[in-house]
Amino acid sequence: MARILQLTLNGRARTDAVPDNVLLLDYLREQVGLTGTKTGCDGGECGACTVLVDDSPRLSCLTLAAMVDGCRVDTIESLVTDGHLSAVQRGFHEKLGSQCGYCTPGFIMASAGLLRRNPRPTDDEIRDALGSNICRCTGYVKIIEAVQHAAALHAAGVSP
Amino acid sequence: MNEILPAHNIGDYVPMIDGPEKVSGRAKYTADLIAPGMLAGRIFRSPYSHAEILEVDVSEAAKLPGVKAIVTGADCDKTFGVLPIARSEYPLARDRVRYRGEPVAAVAAIDDATAKEALRRIKLKVRELPAYHTSAEAMAPGAIAIHDRKPQNLERDVLFELGDVEAAFAAADLVREGTYNCAEVCQNQMEMHAAVADYDVVRDRITVHASTQVPYYVHLMLSQILAMDMSRIRVVKPHVGGGFGCRTETLNVELIAALLARKVGGCVRIMVNREETFITHRGRPETDIKLKIGMRKDGVITGVECECIQRGGAHSGYGVVTILYAGSMLYAIYDLNNVKYLGKRVLTNTPPCGAFRGHGTVDIRFAFESLLDEMARALGLDPFAVRRANLLSAPTFTQNDLMVNSYGLPECLDWVERESGWQARKGKMPKGKGPVSKGHISKGLGMACSHYISGASKPVNWTGEPHATVKIKLDFDGSIVVLSGAADIGQGSTTILAQSVAEVLGLDLSRVRVVTGDSEVVPKDNGSYSSRVTFMVGNAAIDAAQNLKAVLIAAAARKLEAKPGEIECLGELYRAGAQDKGLTFNEVVAEALKDTGTITVTGNYSTIPESHGGKKYRGSAIGGTMGYSYSAQVVEVSVDEETGVVTVDKVWVAHDCGKALNRLTVEGQVQGSVWMGMGQAMSEEAAYHEGLMLTANMLDYRVPTIQDSPPIEVGIVESIDPHGPFGAKEAGEGSLAAFLPALTNAIADAIGLRFNDLPVTPDRVFAALEKRVRTKGNKQNGGA
Repeated sequence: MARILQLTLNGRARTDAVPDNVLLLDYLREQVGLTGTKTGCDGGECGACTVLVDDSPRLSCLTLAAMVDGCRVDTIESLVTDGHLSAVQRGFHEKLGSQCGYCTPGFIMASAGLLRRNPRPTDDEIRDALGSNICRCTGYVKIIEAVQHAAALHAAGVSP
Repeated sequence: MNEILPAHNIGDYVPMIDGPEKVSGRAKYTADLIAPGMLAGRIFRSPYSHAEILEVDVSEAAKLPGVKAIVTGADCDKTFGVLPIARSEYPLARDRVRYRGEPVAAVAAIDDATAKEALRRIKLKVRELPAYHTSAEAMAPGAIAIHDRKPQNLERDVLFELGDVEAAFAAADLVREGTYNCAEVCQNQMEMHAAVADYDVVRDRITVHASTQVPYYVHLMLSQILAMDMSRIRVVKPHVGGGFGCRTETLNVELIAALLARKVGGCVRIMVNREETFITHRGRPETDIKLKIGMRKDGVITGVECECIQRGGAHSGYGVVTILYAGSMLYAIYDLNNVKYLGKRVLTNTPPCGAFRGHGTVDIRFAFESLLDEMARALGLDPFAVRRANLLSAPTFTQNDLMVNSYGLPECLDWVERESGWQARKGKMPKGKGPVSKGHISKGLGMACSHYISGASKPVNWTGEPHATVKIKLDFDGSIVVLSGAADIGQGSTTILAQSVAEVLGLDLSRVRVVTGDSEVVPKDNGSYSSRVTFMVGNAAIDAAQNLKAVLIAAAARKLEAKPGEIECLGELYRAGAQDKGLTFNEVVAEALKDTGTITVTGNYSTIPESHGGKKYRGSAIGGTMGYSYSAQVVEVSVDEETGVVTVDKVWVAHDCGKALNRLTVEGQVQGSVWMGMGQAMSEEAAYHEGLMLTANMLDYRVPTIQDSPPIEVGIVESIDPHGPFGAKEAGEGSLAAFLPALTNAIADAIGLRFNDLPVTPDRVFAALEKRVRTKGNKQNGGA
């Protein structure tokens, strides 16, 4: 069975017909074509598919598309504004919080969610917020630096 | 007037030039290449460890509406494999399956649900054969051969003795032996394997997009498997989400996608899931090591005897090379003169193992540095003093003919000793009062060293061509386009190439673009493995840039009516002497184009024969490189004696990378290596039941999370290698191995217990603590 899904995706209202059993992850990637959100595991293991649903980080691989009806969904593609990287994106780029880049959209969305509710997190708060995201390249040291750098940029007026 | 100076970037903190794509979601990985009308591919895998195939019945699957093509072993009788001497694997099993997870058939269908349903309808009829899941079972007398050409299930045995080991042990004050077991571990790179193959029926051509570290190998193997001329094949490497060695080899998925695409006459995408990625992982083999070292009381090592058995899995893969590395790389870190090595690479009914970061060296280094620590303690020597008693003095050749020109290990030792406060703190770390008491946390410090090659001096496919070739194109627009086949898999090689070219030309990085990864456009490259790219391709990029600079200087000289030797290149300005107003870069380009139109230059790099290893034993070229990196580490731990939980509080690591071309990426690579070593040391293990992997997901295969991961302080040591690009050597692998023994040495320091089996999980620590308590109790009660 399919149903009509209405949502605000990356700031734009959208209406799609989606099968009941389609995951938000597959809806975003395969149906809408927003491939920035990554598939990293077989369900709930790695955090690579993290998106924001009404500003809260959510694993899109454990969420049915039908569950976000009426919600605001933001993916990694939403963060660039007027061509500028957001504070979190700059943090990950400038401090090498991203190497191969595959886990990066998930980490960035989880970090963006953190900074939206806590603009000046401590290292431990960053660890708590990113505890369910796995990165295989960095050893996380520079990811913590990236989020701290993002918080500083945000404090200086760069959008998060 | 502002003075014009050439731009410099070498040695700076340079964010990766492809970073903006990665942080904005624009970077396309193979699975992201969605095209209208493409078919979904799925692979049917063997549920048996070892069985003779009687029938693969796909008739019911073929009847399913939406199924467009099915391939089985009958569709391809050609074999593939990374080593030209050991191509023993079919893309889809024929006659026999040899591990649980081996591909047997594959389906292309209009969508993934249909492909999945088709797999359910495939029937595999077999006669089961005895299966061997451990090295010991496979080598036991009477075991049947997993591959007919290897009757003893020995892929390769290696034996060499250099010097006189018996005499060396006789001359030692202390001879000690240890046995070690390191669990099989998986790369578990974040991007699961994927391939998109598109067959052009009209032109009989195929394009394959693959998540590979070596597009060139994929190209070779596609040609072999498809029996198709190489000129009809195009291989494209999009962004790749890590590899750590598993993508050095061509993988089944790439070949199967191509077979399906050709059969269906269209485009097929296969996305392998996480479980499948695990059960076909090509990781580091389970390794059993017996190591014996003789040492004088001043810490000098007199002799080494090492036996190493690797459970290689069901196919040859990289096996021969891995078992040779484990022996040859006993050398080139310390001054050893009497070494006996016996290595056995065993074929078993488990997934084929392959090259994993630190290829072949890691488990041996764990054993070696553990035993050194134990012996230092027994002789009352400081572990740093023992290392210092055995240093090489570069330039030199090792006993097995490995060329060592730069050697920053002494400085690495100094740095971690100083920064960790070793001398003031070692032996004085706070100790708990044992379990079931209030203070049950004991702290300890441990140290160890490791090293790695900067690219194998002889590539696997030796053709006589230069080791690396880079092209640069310069046209009317004045932008420098670097063309390279080097695969950036996240390590930052593209950035290093841009930096190298920009540095030679004195230009800002923003003038340089790098095009990689499309066989139709870029020169062939031997690939991203054994940490070769910065060294080999970096040198080729420098050569290309120098050749371009010569063309530009000649043009400037002509325009300025001067001799080329009088031209000064300041990047954006070329002039004949300080008084000359000179020409802008764009003016020089315009002048240069008059001769030839679009300028293309080539840069090459070839290794020197002295770096190719010796001939003292068969396979002794393995280990030969132009430059070794060195690493020393100190690890600080807290051990909870009530629970057995070990926490790494901090790591200090010093890495000799010759010259840090990019301090930011060097730090990132070193931290990532140390951390990956931590996973292997503390929690990661591919566990099996009857050949079925029990840990084929990221919850059971325990990768450390951000919560488990310590601060890692990096010291960069620059030994300036005479052959390295700007003096550089590798930075991406050499620091992995030292973590493992530094950790267990720290645990020994904390609680007096030594762990020779990896991973050191809390249950292992807890069991050892319990055993000690019971033994003490027995002794107090007069027991044994």
